Amino acid sequence: MASEIKKQTYHTHITSKHRMLDLNLKEVWRYRDLILLFTKRTFVLTYKQTVLGPAWIFLNPFITSLIYTFVFGGIAGIATDGVPQILFYLCSNAIWLLFSTSVTNNAHAFTANANVFGKVYFPRLTIPISNMLSSIIQFGIQMILVLAFLAFYLFKGEVHPNWSAWALIPFALLHIGVMGLGFGIIISSLTTKYRDLAILVTFGVQLWMYITPIVYPLSAMGGGIMEMIMMFNPVTAPVELLRYAILGQGVVRLDYYLISIAVTLVVAVLGVMLFNKVEKTFMDTV
Amino acid sequence: MSKENNTMVQTNRPIAIKATSVKKRYRLGQIGGGTLTGDLQSWWARVRGKEDPNTKIGTDQRLVGQTFMALNGIDLTVYQGEALGIIGGNGAGKSTFLKLLSRVTAPTEGEIDINGRITSMLEVGTGFHGEMTGRENVYLNGAILGMTKAEIDAKMEEIIEFSEVREFIDTPVKRYSSGMYVKLAFSVAAHLDSEIMIMDEVLAVGDMAFQRKCLERMRRAAKDEGRTVLYVSHNMNTIRQLCDRCIVLDKGKIIFSGGVEEAIELYMGKAIDCPKRVDLAKAARPHHKCKDGIKLTAAEIVNADEWRIKVGDKLRYNITVKATKDMENVCFKTRVMTADENSVSLFLAPNLITCKAGEEIEIPLEADTSQLVPGKYLLTPALYDINEFGEMMFFDHVHASIGLEVETKLGFCSNMKWDQRWWGNIKLPDIVDLRK
Repeated sequence: MASEIKKQTYHTHITSKHRMLDLNLKEVWRYRDLILLFTKRTFVLTYKQTVLGPAWIFLNPFITSLIYTFVFGGIAGIATDGVPQILFYLCSNAIWLLFSTSVTNNAHAFTANANVFGKVYFPRLTIPISNMLSSIIQFGIQMILVLAFLAFYLFKGEVHPNWSAWALIPFALLHIGVMGLGFGIIISSLTTKYRDLAILVTFGVQLWMYITPIVYPLSAMGGGIMEMIMMFNPVTAPVELLRYAILGQGVVRLDYYLISIAVTLVVAVLGVMLFNKVEKTFMDTV
Repeated sequence: MSKENNTMVQTNRPIAIKATSVKKRYRLGQIGGGTLTGDLQSWWARVRGKEDPNTKIGTDQRLVGQTFMALNGIDLTVYQGEALGIIGGNGAGKSTFLKLLSRVTAPTEGEIDINGRITSMLEVGTGFHGEMTGRENVYLNGAILGMTKAEIDAKMEEIIEFSEVREFIDTPVKRYSSGMYVKLAFSVAAHLDSEIMIMDEVLAVGDMAFQRKCLERMRRAAKDEGRTVLYVSHNMNTIRQLCDRCIVLDKGKIIFSGGVEEAIELYMGKAIDCPKRVDLAKAARPHHKCKDGIKLTAAEIVNADEWRIKVGDKLRYNITVKATKDMENVCFKTRVMTADENSVSLFLAPNLITCKAGEEIEIPLEADTSQLVPGKYLLTPALYDINEFGEMMFFDHVHASIGLEVETKLGFCSNMKWDQRWWGNIKLPDIVDLRK
C-alpha cells in the first residue's frame, strides 16, 4: 500500500492547455538546493583557472570606479554632493552592477541553458532566481570594498551615512534584484523567438545607466523637469535610497518610491507569467 | 536467469503512465525568421497572399500545410514495474515522445498522466560542466534531476562506488575520458529514487562491462524495485536484455505493441518477405568487392511454396549461377542472420561448382536447418574460392537477400515458447541420458 500513497503524492498531468498563473512555486521551493548550487556554480566557474581568482570581483569595479572618478569627476567636473568621489563611484557602480548583471544574465536564461533545458525538466524559474541571487551576493562582496573606503573616509570625517536607513538596505537590494529579474526574463522569453533583443539588451542596459543617477547624483539635475523624468525611471528610487543610507546623499521620496515598487511588481509578475508560458514549448523555437 | 517468463503484461497492475491521443506538431523550415525582420517579412507575405519567403516545404506525407506531426495520436498505457522498449527508425517520434514525458516540451494535443516521479536520461551528464570536479558535478547533476542536497550526500558513496572513477572524483571532469564521464553521469541518474526512469540510448559509451552493469541495474530497478523503465535504443540486443514489452513507432504512431521479438522482427524485418523464387541477378551488392567470373542469379525454395518452413525441417532449394569465365571448384556458402542482422551461423558447400564460360546452371541443394528455432531470418548467399593464404575471395555476395521464416510446430521444445533473448537461435539436440 505504500506505493499507493506514493502514487498519490507524485501525480503529474501533462496537457497542451496552459494556465497563465500556474506558477507552481511549491515546486520551485522543492528545488531550492538546485538554486543554491546554480548560484555557487556561477562563482566557482567565473574564477576557475584565473590567477587572481575572486580578487577580480574587487578589481573590476575598482578600476571602473577609478576611471569614472577620472572622467566624470575629473574631466567633466560633476560634483558628488560632498561625498568623496571614489567612494561615490564605487558605491554607485556596485549598485548598478547588481541591476545590470541581473538583467543581462537573465536575458540569456533560455538561450544559454538551452542544452540543459532540452534534456531534463526542472522548474525553469530556478535559473533566473539563482542569477538574481548571484547578483546580490556579488554586490555583497563588492560592499566589502565600499565599506573599507567608507571606514577610511568616516575616520577622516568626510562622509555622514544615515545609519537609521541601513535597515532598508536589504529591502532595496531585493527590490533592484527583482526588478532586474523581471526585465531580464521578459527579454529572455522574447529572445527565444527573436534574437534581436539579445543584441539590444547589452547596449540598452549601457544606455540605461546614463539615464539613471549612477555616474552623477540626482541633485546634479537641479530639481525641475529633468529630475522628475529621472524619477520615473524605476531604478532611480532604490539607487537613491541605497546611497542615502550608505553615503548620506540622495533624494528619497515616498511617492516616487511607491511608483518604482508598483512598476517592479508589474514587471516581475508579467515576466514570470511570460516565462512560464514560454518555458513549456521554448525548446521547439529556441 | 529468472527473467524468462515475463513477457506477458499483467493488466491488473497499477498504471504508471497513461497517454491519450498525444500529438506534437512542429513547424517546418526555420521557426520564424529567427529575427523580428524575418517574421515581419513572412507576415507581410501572408497578408498579400504570396508565398512565405522564409519557409521550406518538405515532401513528407505527414505534412499538414507547413507543419509536421512528429507524434500523430499516441495512446499508450504503461504499468508499474514494466520495462518498456521503444523502437523505430530515425524520425519515428521516439525522442519526441520521451521529451513530452519528461516535460521538456509540451504536447500540441492530448494528455499524459504520470503517476510517480520521472528521471529522464535523454542524455547523460546533463548540466555537467567541464571546469567543475566530479564531486561538484554530482551535486549539480543530482539537483537538476530533482534530488535534494541531503539525498545526494546520503548516496554519494554509492554513486562514486558504482561509477568506478573514485580516484578522479575531485578532478575537473574536462580531464576525464569520455567513458569516465558517462560512467559518473549514469551513476548519478541510476541512484535516483524515482518511480519512472526514461532512457534514450545513454549506454552508447562506456566499456562492455559497464554497459552490462547499467543494464543489470536497470533491470533490477524494474523487476525487484518495481520501478517503471522506458528505454529507447537502436541496439536490439540491449532492448532484448532489458525490456519485457516493446512498442514500435513509425511516422508518429504506435504500429505495434507486444512481445520484444515480434517487435524487433517487425521493425528490422519490415522488408523481409519470403517469395518462392528470389531473383538475385539485379539485387544490390553493396558490401563486398567481388572478382569477376561467376554470379548468382536466383534462389528458389523447393520443399515449400515460400521461404517458410516448419521448425525441424530441412531446407531444399535450387540456386542458379551464371558464369562468364571457365570456373572450377567454386565454393558456395550461406550465412544465416537474425532479422536485426546478428549472425546465427553459416552453411558451407565447398567445391560445389565447375562450369564453362557463358553457362547458366541450376544446382539443387539441401541444407540441414533443423536446429534453427522459430523466427525470421535473413540469408546471405555467396560464391567464393580460397586463395593460397587461406583467405576467402568472393565472386559474389548478396547481403541479406533471402528472407526465411521458420514456423513453430506442436511439440517443439515441449510447447514452451522459445525465448531467443536468453536461449539464442540454435536449439542443440537434447542431452542424451546414457543409462538408456
